[in-house]
Amino acid sequence: MTVNVERPIAVRRKLAAKPFSRADRLFFGVAKAAAFSAIVIVLLILAFLLSRSASTFAEQGIIDFIFGSTWDASLSPIKMQLWPMLWGSILISLIGTVLAVPMAISIAYFIEFMAPKRVAKVATLVVDLMAAIPSIVLGLWGAFVFTDVAAGWSKQLNALFGFIPIFENNSDNFLRSPFIAGLVVTVMIVPIIASITREIFSQMDRDIINASLALGGNRESTLRKVILPTAGGGVVGGILLGLGRALGETVAILYVLNLVFDTNWYQILESKGGSIASMIISKFGEAGPEEVGGLMAAGVVLFVFTLIINALASYIVAKAQPWRK
Amino acid sequence: MTLNDSHLRSEDVNVWFGERHVLKNVSLEFPSNQVTALIGPSGCGKSTFIRTLNRMHELIPSAGFGGKVLLDGEDIYGEGVDPVKVRLKVGMVFQKPNPFPTMTIKENVLSGLKLSGRKSENAIELVETSLRRASIWNEVKDRLNDPAISLSGGQQQRLCIARSLAMDPEVLLMDEPCSALDPGSTRRIEETILELAPQMTIVIVTHNMQQAQRVADQTAFFLAEDGNPGYVVEFGRTEQVFEQPIDPRTNDYVNGHFG
Repeated sequence: MTVNVERPIAVRRKLAAKPFSRADRLFFGVAKAAAFSAIVIVLLILAFLLSRSASTFAEQGIIDFIFGSTWDASLSPIKMQLWPMLWGSILISLIGTVLAVPMAISIAYFIEFMAPKRVAKVATLVVDLMAAIPSIVLGLWGAFVFTDVAAGWSKQLNALFGFIPIFENNSDNFLRSPFIAGLVVTVMIVPIIASITREIFSQMDRDIINASLALGGNRESTLRKVILPTAGGGVVGGILLGLGRALGETVAILYVLNLVFDTNWYQILESKGGSIASMIISKFGEAGPEEVGGLMAAGVVLFVFTLIINALASYIVAKAQPWRK
Repeated sequence: MTLNDSHLRSEDVNVWFGERHVLKNVSLEFPSNQVTALIGPSGCGKSTFIRTLNRMHELIPSAGFGGKVLLDGEDIYGEGVDPVKVRLKVGMVFQKPNPFPTMTIKENVLSGLKLSGRKSENAIELVETSLRRASIWNEVKDRLNDPAISLSGGQQQRLCIARSLAMDPEVLLMDEPCSALDPGSTRRIEETILELAPQMTIVIVTHNMQQAQRVADQTAFFLAEDGNPGYVVEFGRTEQVFEQPIDPRTNDYVNGHFG
């Protein structure tokens, strides 16, 4: 029998793309509502913040508000400028990330590639548990236990490396510095980054790792030249997620940092720093209506900044692994 | 075949995973410049055995080992022997083509050097000779900087062979190198094996009886019965194992009666 395809082509029919049964329709409805409400909530929050802060942005000027360094509610007219706090948030997050990344990657590597199964299970649990510690608890621990210890480390760092500008300290006060706040943030974001990195590692093709070892690579070169480049996008995504949390951290930093409206550019051991979120909460109680507007505006800046970081995270995760379709 | 020709030799190799004894007293000789095929039904331990020859099996956390593997007379499990050094002499090609996805074709060929922290004076030359030896040079010479994953499956596998050859190993282990490939690619790989055979010792695990007959000088038949550890039922010249097997189970297997 021969096949003749030269007949008229069958008419293209409609396919059922929509839910058919009642149960399916209900399920689709619920899922859709949930998804849209998430978007609506974010937009509503942004709208609320913008409406309450619009006057601040108008009176202070957007550029001056973000990049100026004076915040004084006793002046008339009131002057509100955010930069020392914005920079402080960035500095603390950078310290936290720089310290957390190697630690988190090591933890993930240990759990995924070294530990026996039982140890790996327990370690995974502990890391996830660490991520669940409320930040107020970490703040209290930071204030009452950790600050003194870390101040001791700071002194030693200063004694050994004081000639490097970032380790300068001219006040002999090592408490409540960006360095200590950065360490507390490290404790908070290590589990986030470790958990995501471990997940990415666990999804990696073991054959590629084996190939590296079979070619005479050792564990270190395999991690550096094969595992990290292959898992890179996911790991960077995890790091940026941790960074997002670090930027938004409020209470824990409030307890361990001296908030000063005088930009501390790099002297991380000085008892002087900034953090938008902590500043908002520390000023909120005594703020007059006009200053509250300024705090809302600070919230907008933080919100947008965090949004940018998160957008960057998802972009990198999606784009950095072209071979994963 | 005398013992002195034997470049690689296993003596009473036993392997355990946790409490499970998976290989029992495997003693095989792999003469220089010959191809040895390891055949047998799934789960008989041949893939595990081939991994004992470059100490890859010990990457599984619960793995245990007994016996000896002698490479040029030296026990690769001897005290003070670095498994990483063993793997420099004994290369491996895996079942599934596994080029490094983040690297280009050229980088893949040179990856072993980078991973083992060595420098090559003639990197460009090494890329060409390695790719030529794996008979893929003509297909990729104009696109050495393309990502390795842009190649077809068969080309990727030959790239993986080239990657191993760049390290100039004395022994090349191949664990079912064609099982993920189409017949055309399989034929190319087999030709490559035959071209390489005069220069090195090759051990290949295969499920394909015709393949064993086409490429191997000698063949070992592995079997694991009812949860017992795998062992070698028969080992000899390939023609003999296939045409006049001594053990009836070998006869059944090579003629497709089970497995």
